[in-house]
Amino acid sequence: MEKEKILIEVRNLEKIYRSGEIELHALSGVSLSIEAGEFVAIMGASGSGKSTFMNIIGCLDSPTYGEYYLDGIDVLKLNRDQLAELRNKKIGFIFQSFNILSRTTAIENVELPLLYNNKLNSKERREKAFNALKAVGLGDRPDALPNQLSGGQQQRVAIARALVNEPQVILADEPTGNLDSRTSYEIMEIFQNLNDKGITIVMVTHEADIAMFAISNILFKDGKIIENNSVKNRKSASEELKKNPKADINKMLK
Amino acid sequence: MRIVNLIRIASRSLSKNKLRTFLTMLGIIIGVASVIAMLAIGEGSKQNIKASIASLGTNSIMIFPGAVNQGGVRMEAGSSANLKREDSEAILARCPLVEFVSPVVRTGAQIITGSQNWRTIVIGAFTDYFSIRNLNVVSGTYFSATDERAAAKVCLVGQTVSVNLFGEGSDPIGQVMRINRIPFKIIGLLEKKGQNTFGQDQDDIIIAPFSTVQKRMLSTTNINQIIASAVSEEDVDGAKDEITMLLRERHKLAEDVEDDFTVRTQSDISNIFGSISKVLTILLGSIASISLLVGGIGIMNIMLVSVTERTKEIGIRLAVGAKSKDVLMQFMIEAMFISFVGGIIGVGLGTLVSVLVAKFGGWPVAVTIYSIALSFLFAAIIGIFFGWYPARKAARLNPIDALRYE
Ligand SMILES: Nc1ncnc2c1ncn2[C@@H]1O[C@H](COP(=O)(O)OP(=O)(O)O)[C@@H](O)[C@H]1O
Ligand SMILES: [Mg+2]
Repeated sequence: MEKEKILIEVRNLEKIYRSGEIELHALSGVSLSIEAGEFVAIMGASGSGKSTFMNIIGCLDSPTYGEYYLDGIDVLKLNRDQLAELRNKKIGFIFQSFNILSRTTAIENVELPLLYNNKLNSKERREKAFNALKAVGLGDRPDALPNQLSGGQQQRVAIARALVNEPQVILADEPTGNLDSRTSYEIMEIFQNLNDKGITIVMVTHEADIAMFAISNILFKDGKIIENNSVKNRKSASEELKKNPKADINKMLK
Repeated sequence: MRIVNLIRIASRSLSKNKLRTFLTMLGIIIGVASVIAMLAIGEGSKQNIKASIASLGTNSIMIFPGAVNQGGVRMEAGSSANLKREDSEAILARCPLVEFVSPVVRTGAQIITGSQNWRTIVIGAFTDYFSIRNLNVVSGTYFSATDERAAAKVCLVGQTVSVNLFGEGSDPIGQVMRINRIPFKIIGLLEKKGQNTFGQDQDDIIIAPFSTVQKRMLSTTNINQIIASAVSEEDVDGAKDEITMLLRERHKLAEDVEDDFTVRTQSDISNIFGSISKVLTILLGSIASISLLVGGIGIMNIMLVSVTERTKEIGIRLAVGAKSKDVLMQFMIEAMFISFVGGIIGVGLGTLVSVLVAKFGGWPVAVTIYSIALSFLFAAIIGIFFGWYPARKAARLNPIDALRYE
C-alpha cells in the first residue's frame, strides 16, 4: 500500500545557468516519480547534473522550468519560509563534504534542525538528538567535536542530523565520496536499515558497488535521465561487512 | 522559532569566538566608559563651580575696574585706576538696597615668624568683607572699624597659613609675625574652607584691615575690586542698578560712554561659568561619543567579516530549516549582546574611572543616572544599527549559494 504512494514527482525539470552570453543546460527535461519507501541510487558522469537535480528536490535550489511535487505539495509555489519548513520537517539532506558545524559538538550538530522547530523543550531535544546519534552508532561520543572524529564518524553525525526530525525522505549527494570503502559500507548499512523502516532514500554515487545496495538505479547523462533500472542481485551491506570482517573490501570485490 | 532558541544559538556562536567577541566588545566598553567618565567630569566641575560661586554668598555683588571683556569677566582686573575707596563708601551711603560694602586690595607677601616663613596672599578689606563672603572665625575676633581707621597692624589668618607657621593644632592668636617685614598681631583664625573649583587653597590667606594693607604695604590709592551684598536675594538686581548709576555719576561718564567698571552679581558669574562648563561637557561628551561610534563601526566590521566567514555555516543552517528571520535574529542578537554587555561593563568601568579621577586627580566628578542611561541607550542603538546591515546580508543568502561558498 505504502509503496504505491508517490512521494517525489518532477516533470520536465530544466536548470539553465547563464553567465553572460553562454547558457549552460545543467538539466534539460528531467521527469521522474519516486514512490514512498524507494531507495534510488543516481549515477552518471561528473557534470551530468546529478547535484543540480538533488539540490532542486532538496528545496535548496529552484529549477528554471518544470514542476515539482513533494508529498503532493506544489513546491515551486512556496515562499522562502515555507521552503525552509519543508527542509526542516520532510527532508534530510546529506552532503559529500558532511557540512557539519565546526567547533560544535556532535550532539549540538544533531540538535540543529530541532532548534528551528518550536515544538520541543531543551530536554526533549537532547533526548531526540541522542537517540539519533545512537541510531548511527555514535551514542558513545555525543560531546566529540568534528575535528576529533574521523570522516566516517562525521558523516554519521550528518546522517543523525538528517534523521533527527523524522523526515519522509533522505537525500544524499555522494555521501561516501570522501570515505574509504569499509566506512562507505557501514554508511550503506545505516541507509538500508533506515530504508527498511520505511524512509525513502535518494542517493547520488559514482561507485557501482555502492549503487548495488539501492533498490533501483538511475543514470544521468548531459542533464537527462537515460536509464532507470531496478537492481538485480541487490546486496545487503551488513552481510558484505560480515563476510569481510576486517579486510579491505575493495580488494576482495575486485 | 522561539527567542530562547535564538539566544541559545547566538550565545553558542559568541562563546566559540571568545577573543573576537571580547575585542569587539572592547570598542563599546571603551566608548561607553569614556562617555560616562567625560560626562561625570563635566558634570562634576559644573556642580563644583556652582557650589563655589554660591559660597561667595547669594546676595553678593562684585565691582571690578575696567569695562566688560567680550563675553567674560575680569577676575583680576589689576590696577586700573578708576575704582577708589571713596566709591565703596559712596555705595554704602547712597545705595539703599546695598547692605554691606568693602573695597578689596590684594597682594602677595612673605611671612616670617621666629623660625618659619611662608608665602601667601594678603587681602585688605573692611569688616563687612567677612559678612559678604560668609567668613567665620573659629577663634579670636574680626578686626573692627576702629582698627581699619587706625590702619592697625592686626590680621586674621587662614588654616593653611596657621598650620605652616605655627604647626598643626596650635592656636596662633596673639602671635606676632612679620608680613613683608612689618610686624602684625594675629587676632583671629578663619574657619577651614578647602579648595575651590580652580584648585586654589582658600585657606592660604591673610586678611587685614583695608587701610593697613593699602597704606603700609602697597602705598597706592587703587583698589582691585569692591565687593558688596544686597539687602536680600530679590534686591540683587536693584542693587546692581543703583551701584551702576551711582558709579557712572561719580566717574562723570556721558550718556554715550561705556561703563569704566563692571558690576557682576553672583548669578551673573554663575551663569557665565555655567555656560563655560556646559560647553566643556558638550565637548568632552562629543569626543567620547566619537569613540563610541568607532566602537559601533567595529561591531559592524566584525559582523560583516563574521557573515562572510560564516557563509557556509549560514548555508548549513538554512539547509536544515532556518528561516530568514531566524538568521537575521541570530546575528542581531549577537550584535546586541556585544553592545549590551559592552554597555554594562562600560558603565561599570566609566564609573570606576570617574571615582579614581576624583580620588587621585582631585578633580570633582558626578556620575549621573542621566549619563548612564544616555550612554547605555546609545550603545544599544549602535548595536541594533550596526548589527542590522550584516544580519540582513546573512539572512538574504540563498541556501545553495551559501553552501557552495568556500
Ligand atoms: N552554480 C553554477 N553556476 C554555473 N554552472 C553550474 C553551477 N552549478 C553547476 N553548474 C554546471 O552544471 C552542470 C551540472 O553540474 P552538477 O549538477 O554539479 O553535476 P554533477 O553533480 O553531476 O557532477 C556542470 O556542467 C556544472 O559545471
Ligand atoms: Mg555533484
